[in-house]
Amino acid sequence: MQKNVVIAGYVRSPFHFAKKGNLARVRPDEMAAQVVRGLVEKTGVNTADIEDLILGCAFPEGEQGFNMARIVTFLAQLPISVAGTTVNRFCGSSMQSIHMAAGAIQMNAGDAFICAGVESMSRVPMGGYNPMPHPGLAADYGQAYMSMGVTAENLADQYDISRQRQEELTVISHQRANDARQSGRLTDEIIPIVNGDIIISSDGCIREGTTAAALADLKPVFRADGSVTAATSSPLTDGASATLVTSEAYAKANGLPILARIKSIAVAGCAPEIMGIGPVSAIMKALNRAGLSLADIDIIELNEAFAAQALSCVDELALGGQEMDMDKTNIDGGALALGHPLGATGARITGKAAALLKREGKQFALSAQCIGGGQGIATLLEAV
Amino acid sequence: MPIQETVIKRVAVIGSGVMGAQIAAHFANTGVPTLLLDRVPKGADDRNVLAAGAIAKMLKGSPKAFVNNAAAKHVTPGNLEDDFDQLNEVDWIVEAIIEDPDIKSDLYQKIDAVRKDTTIVSSNTSTIPLSRLVQGLSDSFRQHFLVTHFFNPPRYMRLLELVVGPDTKPEVLSVIENFSDHRLGKGVVHCHDRPGFVANRIGIFWMQSGYAAALESDITIEEADAVMSRPVGIPKTGMFGLFDLIGIDLHPKIDASMASLLPDEDAYHSQRCDLSLINQLIETGYTGRKGKGGFYRLNRADGGKVMEAKNLKTGDYAPVQKVDLDCLKAAKTAGLSGLLNHPDRGGQFAWRVLSNTLAYAASLVGEVADDIVAIDRAMTFGYAWNAGPFALIDQIGVADFVAKMTSEGRAVSDFLNLAAKVGSFYRSHEGNQQYLDVKGDYQNISREDGVLLLEDIKRKSDPIISNQSASLWNIGDGVTCFEVHTKVNALDMNVMDLINHAIDVVSKDYKAMVIYNEASNFSVGADINAFVELIKQKNWQEAENMVAKGQSTFLAMKRSPFPVVAATSGMALGGGCETVLYANAIQAHVESYLGLVEAGVGLIPGWGGCTAMLERYASNKKLPNGPMPIVTAAFETISTAKVSSSSFDAKDTGFLRPDDGITFNRDRLLADAKTRALALSENYEAPEIAEITLPGPTGQTILAAAVRDFKARGLATEYDVVVCDALADVLSGGQTADVMAPLSEEDLLALELKNFVGLMKNQGTLDRIQHMLKTGKPLRN
Repeated sequence: MQKNVVIAGYVRSPFHFAKKGNLARVRPDEMAAQVVRGLVEKTGVNTADIEDLILGCAFPEGEQGFNMARIVTFLAQLPISVAGTTVNRFCGSSMQSIHMAAGAIQMNAGDAFICAGVESMSRVPMGGYNPMPHPGLAADYGQAYMSMGVTAENLADQYDISRQRQEELTVISHQRANDARQSGRLTDEIIPIVNGDIIISSDGCIREGTTAAALADLKPVFRADGSVTAATSSPLTDGASATLVTSEAYAKANGLPILARIKSIAVAGCAPEIMGIGPVSAIMKALNRAGLSLADIDIIELNEAFAAQALSCVDELALGGQEMDMDKTNIDGGALALGHPLGATGARITGKAAALLKREGKQFALSAQCIGGGQGIATLLEAV
Repeated sequence: MPIQETVIKRVAVIGSGVMGAQIAAHFANTGVPTLLLDRVPKGADDRNVLAAGAIAKMLKGSPKAFVNNAAAKHVTPGNLEDDFDQLNEVDWIVEAIIEDPDIKSDLYQKIDAVRKDTTIVSSNTSTIPLSRLVQGLSDSFRQHFLVTHFFNPPRYMRLLELVVGPDTKPEVLSVIENFSDHRLGKGVVHCHDRPGFVANRIGIFWMQSGYAAALESDITIEEADAVMSRPVGIPKTGMFGLFDLIGIDLHPKIDASMASLLPDEDAYHSQRCDLSLINQLIETGYTGRKGKGGFYRLNRADGGKVMEAKNLKTGDYAPVQKVDLDCLKAAKTAGLSGLLNHPDRGGQFAWRVLSNTLAYAASLVGEVADDIVAIDRAMTFGYAWNAGPFALIDQIGVADFVAKMTSEGRAVSDFLNLAAKVGSFYRSHEGNQQYLDVKGDYQNISREDGVLLLEDIKRKSDPIISNQSASLWNIGDGVTCFEVHTKVNALDMNVMDLINHAIDVVSKDYKAMVIYNEASNFSVGADINAFVELIKQKNWQEAENMVAKGQSTFLAMKRSPFPVVAATSGMALGGGCETVLYANAIQAHVESYLGLVEAGVGLIPGWGGCTAMLERYASNKKLPNGPMPIVTAAFETISTAKVSSSSFDAKDTGFLRPDDGITFNRDRLLADAKTRALALSENYEAPEIAEITLPGPTGQTILAAAVRDFKARGLATEYDVVVCDALADVLSGGQTADVMAPLSEEDLLALELKNFVGLMKNQGTLDRIQHMLKTGKPLRN
């Protein structure tokens, strides 16, 4: 018989701007280990029961190399019996971690998993130190390696997403994130990161008082005649996140604080030159597998890699008759405001969706995101 | 004299105004920990705000006070209340506060209470006599006190005037002189304790004399500046431009101060005039470049940018007029005398101002400094004149100068008459350069210990080998010096011929070779004129030969059995930079501006610049492992035509290797390079053939994508993409390169050649070259 899979804990580090932010001097493996340790302490899970640490990372080299997941098991002082694997699905890496744990649990291949993600975009450059694309493919099918900003411009063109709409979404994202921070709604999920004498305990990317007027002055950053600016793109970010994924029976037997049950999952490919539209087909698959429609969903975490990208998904879903209610979407702000540490985002939005489901007392939640190279990934959750 | 660098280990500068802050920055450039102190402004949250603000401002300002950002870490900002006690930990305190003797004196009393017995204190005063400054201070303080007068901007202006008092200990002077010479790189001039010391005494006279003369003549300020600049060997700012640069508001104060300090019989008084126009400029905010403008201003009305000049008669501004004076043509054909003897208003103005100034300088020998050498050095180092007053009189001809003065019924000093009788102020005698002393005897000009100048060697000897573009000199101890002496030291095929010849000669009879010259720039690159002719004639074979010959020459030089040291100063661009890169070691003057700037003319480095940069980055430990980081680093440096802002910056960028040397004093560069060459020549082995692992087409893919992104963002032009693609082909190792098959230097040079030749056949490249030759600026096609 198939086991139910639940999310029984979610935490993250503060998110900070890469290079200039407070986490720039923190190694990613160290940051991930502190967050994992924080998750263990917060949930009270018996670490001896953990089967595997599945750690998502988009550019697993340099300090993020050496099968970082295994290194993190040591740094976080998990028992030697806990295994570790590093997963790469670019921006979808740590949501993939959750999916892998869910599959393993249903295969009866373990009861408790830590599904985490990390990215130091300060310390390992986007694209890695040695980007070496296949020259033949690049010549014949250059979009396979297309820069993310250009794919956002492509979507803005294709879906006719005005600059003004992009900026409106950006302002809302900052307002909601700032409100959440001000009212302490983010405190619970944040594990302060200790770096020597310094303790980093709050987010660094959120801009208080962002106005549409201020954003309107910025220049496009990817195409001279384009509409995507630094403000309407998620910033380069340092951060880590972690979730505890267990069988429902294990969680109940051990009194773990269940946030949500995983109802369905999906990944899907799409054209790489419009990679940002990837969530649409992943969402549709996940909804179909759960027998639900978007109207049934109470809480949505749709990653904002770019404002143009997120809005294109909204428009495309609407064309297919699936209206996304923006009042239910990213209610504590999205990546435009909070930041997008690639490998850490999937566990953040899925953990966040689960936590919001519980906090708001709702029934269904959805997390979804786009992935470079042309993919989407989605997770559908339900209340237990 | 041994370098006594151990004596000055920490310094402090008090006063973070423009001069104090920049003096502190220049100390920091040498790596000496420097404390910069200033007042605590009333109610300031950050009590170090003045000093810290000055450092922050310098990091953004231009010209750069720091040689690189890392240098700024050597300056610690502080304040005179909380940090005063730290002055007992420093070896030299430079005071650069307001020019008020009472305030300075008060500060000195406080310093004397905390300083170590051995701490040296100096003032950067430009006007106050040392004797006044030390009144009422302790014996020990007076023994350890002197004036160190820096010129603005202190990193770049070579002059440092030193003034000692009767009580200053000789060893104190020696420590400061030694440090200033070796470490700060200054040209030290010993001055007497007289108002304005040397440079300003003459410089202020010159400016005041020029201002008075312009008011009385119908010359315009554009004309005055055109005449009183390049034709005389004076910077192109001229006289009114210099007023604007220094700050017009200073002039009435300086004028009054000089008038009050100088004796009644001093000729300065006769040059004074009505300053109401200057005062009116100051009152309306036109204090010069730091204000709304001055004698010149940039009129931005109606969104335009029009340079305007003040009309001295009407007081109105009008757009700057192109100067068309016959005297300037005379200067071109007949030199300085042609200018000064020309009857038009420009010639008359030049003669009046220059004759006044030069005669004044001649009257000051013995008064402001011991000899004419000190005075000439002060004007060349402090006002950037090509020649000082006495060298200028020699150019005119002393006898002619005196005759013209006499014919105008003007008094001629005894010293000038004496010089007219013996013929000149300077002469070459038995291979020595000599100057005329006040008694009328010629004396050898002595160099500081350890200074080696090619100028002196050339006076005393003949080259070992030579052609019209270059010469090889014997600089002693088995070391040779290869000197390029073409116009702007452009490199042509004659230079290549002589390098090849020199390799044979040095291999046989000498230990090492230094590449060096004493022009203001090491070399601005290959002779592009010859090249453009070949392109126009579509003589591709000959053009290709030129590139190939440069490559084989540099490679032969690099692998010769003796070490080659490039001693670079000023600009070394394009082919000039490649010459430096192919030396076995580099000794760089701190003011070295290196760059592979070929992209600006639609080309890539073809004489091995691409290969040399790849080799350097491949051994650069700061870069991540793998084949791509070296490629992207080289691509960034070359595609953006980056030029280093100092030799430290050149090290950061990778033009210089970590163990390449840096010399602060321009006059010590050749000696340092020679020492380096001799050290290398012990058991010397030529470098092995370099092999570099490069990514091949995958690297080109990445770079091509990056360039196209830049173009999409509006940051690169259409032809930039073409040039960058050729560069990417070379730097990634070409179409057949593979990470499992490292490439040799020769392979890479062949790729450079192929891509260089490919580019030169494009109209886009020809357009860029011709635009550059015509306008001096890159074409954005």
